[in-house]
Amino acid sequence: MFDFGPFFDNFHEILEGFWATIRLAAASAVLSLIIGTLLASFRVSPVPVLRSFGTGYVNIVRNTPLTLLLLLCAQGLNDTLHLTFSESSSTTYYWWAVLGLSGYTGAFVCETLRSGINTVPLGQAEAARSIGLTFSQSLRMIILPQAFRSVIAPMGSILIAMIKNTTVAAAASYAEVALISKTLLDKPSFASGAIPLFIGVAIGFMILTLPTGFFFGWLAKRMAVAR
Amino acid sequence: MNKEATVLFDAPGPRARARNRMMTIVSSVVLLAILAAFIWRFDDKGQFAGQYWSPFLKWTVWKEMILPGLGSTLKAAAVASVLAMLFGIVFGLGRLSDHWWVRIPAGAVVEFFRAIPLLILIFLAFFVPNKISPTIAESQFGTLQRVLVENFFSLFGVQINAGTVVVPAFAAVVFGLVLYNGSVLAEVVRAGVLSIPKGQAEAAYSIGLRKNGVMRLVLLPQAVRVMMPAIVSQLVVLLKDTALGFIIAYSELLNAGFNLVPANYHNNKIQAGIVIAVIYIAINMSVSRFATWLEGRSRRSRKTSGKTLGTGTGAPPAPGMIVGGATGATGGAVV
Repeated sequence: MFDFGPFFDNFHEILEGFWATIRLAAASAVLSLIIGTLLASFRVSPVPVLRSFGTGYVNIVRNTPLTLLLLLCAQGLNDTLHLTFSESSSTTYYWWAVLGLSGYTGAFVCETLRSGINTVPLGQAEAARSIGLTFSQSLRMIILPQAFRSVIAPMGSILIAMIKNTTVAAAASYAEVALISKTLLDKPSFASGAIPLFIGVAIGFMILTLPTGFFFGWLAKRMAVAR
Repeated sequence: MNKEATVLFDAPGPRARARNRMMTIVSSVVLLAILAAFIWRFDDKGQFAGQYWSPFLKWTVWKEMILPGLGSTLKAAAVASVLAMLFGIVFGLGRLSDHWWVRIPAGAVVEFFRAIPLLILIFLAFFVPNKISPTIAESQFGTLQRVLVENFFSLFGVQINAGTVVVPAFAAVVFGLVLYNGSVLAEVVRAGVLSIPKGQAEAAYSIGLRKNGVMRLVLLPQAVRVMMPAIVSQLVVLLKDTALGFIIAYSELLNAGFNLVPANYHNNKIQAGIVIAVIYIAINMSVSRFATWLEGRSRRSRKTSGKTLGTGTGAPPAPGMIVGGATGATGGAVV
């Protein structure tokens, strides 16, 4: 039952799966922060069109299962509409997984950032206006820097959830660690290695998520806005 | 104009109005251009053809594919919600126990299941029992395994044939959802009880109640009101996560809509995906509305002394991220 043989025989493959997970998570982290920040600035902007676009996007994306979003990206936009990123299908699936995951996470980043904007005292925005800054200037230089610093901890929770959500990309034909585990578990010869595989994958995810948590906890304390 | 918007800009003067008008025009053009490009591509690939959309006007498609799928989704969500609540109450209160031998194991279980992706938990339940049960059946635990499966796990459709345990996709999905969401709810329960001011427990002890009475009669009734919105929004997450059953071929809504309908009607995956998404969004938005309504009700209520855990509270901070002080924003994420 605790036969680690099959696990170590396929260790290379599993590590490659984790490497794919890390690449997906890293690209999605950057892109989802960008999308989330853009959406949040849309949602607080004085332009009604952008405001309603932001609200609509967040409401739609937040209430759709990630599995469905990733499937629509991989099988709908890619396979059916042939919107591809590259000649090679694995690169294209990778970028669709990144786009789907960061589009989904971006909606949550937006909502968190908006709650951070609410913690910035009214006086800050008023002071910014009174020295003549426009909306985009005050957002960029006064409001968002303070808002970001107050939401570092919840942002960390979102990134951790995002790292765990990379496994859903298994549905979108992206060969990350969950898909590789599934292929291994489907092999009859692998039967005795099922529990070691599970332990290995669980530890792998803990190695990814726990330090992220500690880092963001430390960062939040260090960057806290003293008021 | 919403609340936070007024923070950022004044009633616009003539120049700001002109600038906003420009921005309105530019952003409308950009958004419309993206939409037009998409529609053009859609049309270019012939995806507007009636044969792709008309299946959704037929009653048989709804009766034989989509509605049974929706039924399976709701069934898995309902069973998992009830069990996850039980799990959450047991482990949430366990973490608050005065005995270290209850507190520490409960904490370890909760943190462990929150750190692993839900899909991996579902895989654990779906693949692993099947592989290891023959070995267990031959060992001294064979009888225990058989008795457990026949008397308890058979409730969820788990079967045992000559020592091999077969877990249906439904049971695997429920197992994963219960452990993951139960752990999150355990943290919500703990946060809810801790949010009741200390004076309440002190007053209860001073009138002679024991630990059990303090918890059952004073803290929990108030905590339930406090944590209700957070619980309901976690249930939205649970409902969304039933879609993971797709990956292990559980015949839920996503599978019915995205696999079954396209397989029978010209591979209309995009169209099916859109219809399924609308169903999910309608259900989830109404449950979220309900949570927001509960939150407002709880905020106004005088029957609790705790501060309401908002709908956006969701999963409390991950391990190692508990930050002291009140500097951080309270809004979190329900991902």
